[in-house]
Amino acid sequence: MFISMFNAVESGIIFAIMALGVYLSFRILDFPDLTVDGSFVTGAAVSALLIVNGMPTGLAILAALLAGFLAGSITGLLNTKGKVNPLLSGILMMTALYSINLRIMGQSNIPLLNQETFFTQLRSIFESLGIDRAFDQGLTALGIENLPSTYSALLIMLIVTFIIKFITDYFLKTEVGLALRAIGDNEQMIRSFSANTDHLKVLGLGVSNGLVALAGGLYAQFTGFSDLNMGIGMIVIGLASVIIGESIIGTKTIGRTTLAVVVGAVIYRIVITLAIRSDFLDNGDTKLITALLVVLALVVPKVVETVKESSRKRKKRQALNQQVRRGA
Amino acid sequence: MLRVENLSITFNEGTPDEKKALQNIQLELKPGDFVTVIGSNGAGKSTLMNMISGALFPDVGIIEINNQNVTTLKEHKRAKKIGRVFQDPMAGTSPKMTIEENLAIAYARNKTRTLKPGANKKRRALFKEELERLHLGLENRLSAKVGLLSGGERQALSLLMATFTQPDILLLDEHTAALDPSRAELITNLTGEIVKETHLTTLMVTHNMQQALDLGNRLIMMDKGQIILDIDGAKKQALTIEKLLQEFKRIRGTDMDNDRAILG
Repeated sequence: MFISMFNAVESGIIFAIMALGVYLSFRILDFPDLTVDGSFVTGAAVSALLIVNGMPTGLAILAALLAGFLAGSITGLLNTKGKVNPLLSGILMMTALYSINLRIMGQSNIPLLNQETFFTQLRSIFESLGIDRAFDQGLTALGIENLPSTYSALLIMLIVTFIIKFITDYFLKTEVGLALRAIGDNEQMIRSFSANTDHLKVLGLGVSNGLVALAGGLYAQFTGFSDLNMGIGMIVIGLASVIIGESIIGTKTIGRTTLAVVVGAVIYRIVITLAIRSDFLDNGDTKLITALLVVLALVVPKVVETVKESSRKRKKRQALNQQVRRGA
Repeated sequence: MLRVENLSITFNEGTPDEKKALQNIQLELKPGDFVTVIGSNGAGKSTLMNMISGALFPDVGIIEINNQNVTTLKEHKRAKKIGRVFQDPMAGTSPKMTIEENLAIAYARNKTRTLKPGANKKRRALFKEELERLHLGLENRLSAKVGLLSGGERQALSLLMATFTQPDILLLDEHTAALDPSRAELITNLTGEIVKETHLTTLMVTHNMQQALDLGNRLIMMDKGQIILDIDGAKKQALTIEKLLQEFKRIRGTDMDNDRAILG
């Protein structure tokens, strides 16, 4: 139990970077960008290819980010310069990326099993510093038997993801960031304040898919392979993370909303893991569970709100009735 | 400050729906001019506004702002010189963002947007000072989301956002038409105050004849895509709604067919 929860949080925190990217397009730009399914794999493909060719792991991750930025920018150009409908721009780019990803990898799967990756490097650092051993002892003392092989991935990814979260928060409060946020809210207004909405959309979609591909690049190194089909349904996972997080944590400020997205991504992984562990559900059901999760996260808060509101009104009526009776 | 020469546009040319929205418009605003534009529906007032702001491009004609030819300049580039308030109180602000963030967006209108924070201590002080001019207490609600404000408050904020960075031209497109009478009066008074203090060159479209008479130093009447009347100075001071309607009848030979323009 502990080990599978641990693994869920571990991959959830990597997927949180992807979810932050989806948040940028879906919420900030109000642009339902399906490029994500393709750009996640592009990130994984670029990062795997560079590692197999002996490049430094950090460089492979950076290249993944740039490749994703490029893919997102093209979606943006299709929409702004080509006047193609947003949904269709994303679908076209996603379809094109499938072939491009195959070209990048040269085959449908690149295994990284015996390669040095960012995560194997972290692991050896943690081992040489004795950090893993210290955690092992701590957890054994708590009576947990089945221990994870390393804590490095979780701890470092927590730091990396939160650094990205804080950079995003800062960016969305800069002059450029404010203009970007206004696009998804009131495009006519931001144009009347001299912002070039075309350029901003291209930039926003670039950054969004850059983050998605960064997550893809990290995930490939984390799991030890890149696969042509690993991006299928990624957009829905991203949306699920955003929506679940928002309904639990709230959206009062930008910082809180991005925190919600990160937490949402982790919760999503935990729920999926729990569901698959149950006796009557298996791996093939994850998409159904994902869809149900999103529906729940969308519907439940509305129902709760309605119930709260009607009980508030009932109380108010009762109080008024009592007053009237007392007066009479 | 603003020069419009020979401006014409025809919509749906060559079809039964053909409409000459603007015909050979000539107009020149001197720095500090506050011109009110009246006319019935379809007179071309909004088309003229949209053409000056760059939302529409003319078939022929020239538009100059501050001696620069902007005829083919794109809307967002032209916006560096123009402050605009729309008819819809929801149109001029971003509802999901705070008052402070909206003002920060407006602050960047005539500057290049950078990766520096949109609001810092110095700007926040400026925003507060500017908000105080509205007398609505908004200076104490900098971090409130604009979507929570009433229509009148939002329009007052829009007006401030359009003016506090000193644009070359201020365009007001029936900016009080969607408000209830008391709010409309508030915005009308604020407009008068702000334009007077800042000496902005202003073009204001209105359906309300009284408002057109009360505000500004010059009045233009449009009909069927043409400017049919242009009155300024002392003559405008002496104008009344009655005289305006008589003028219209004298020029066009018919009564003005718009109750809303008379009563509104």
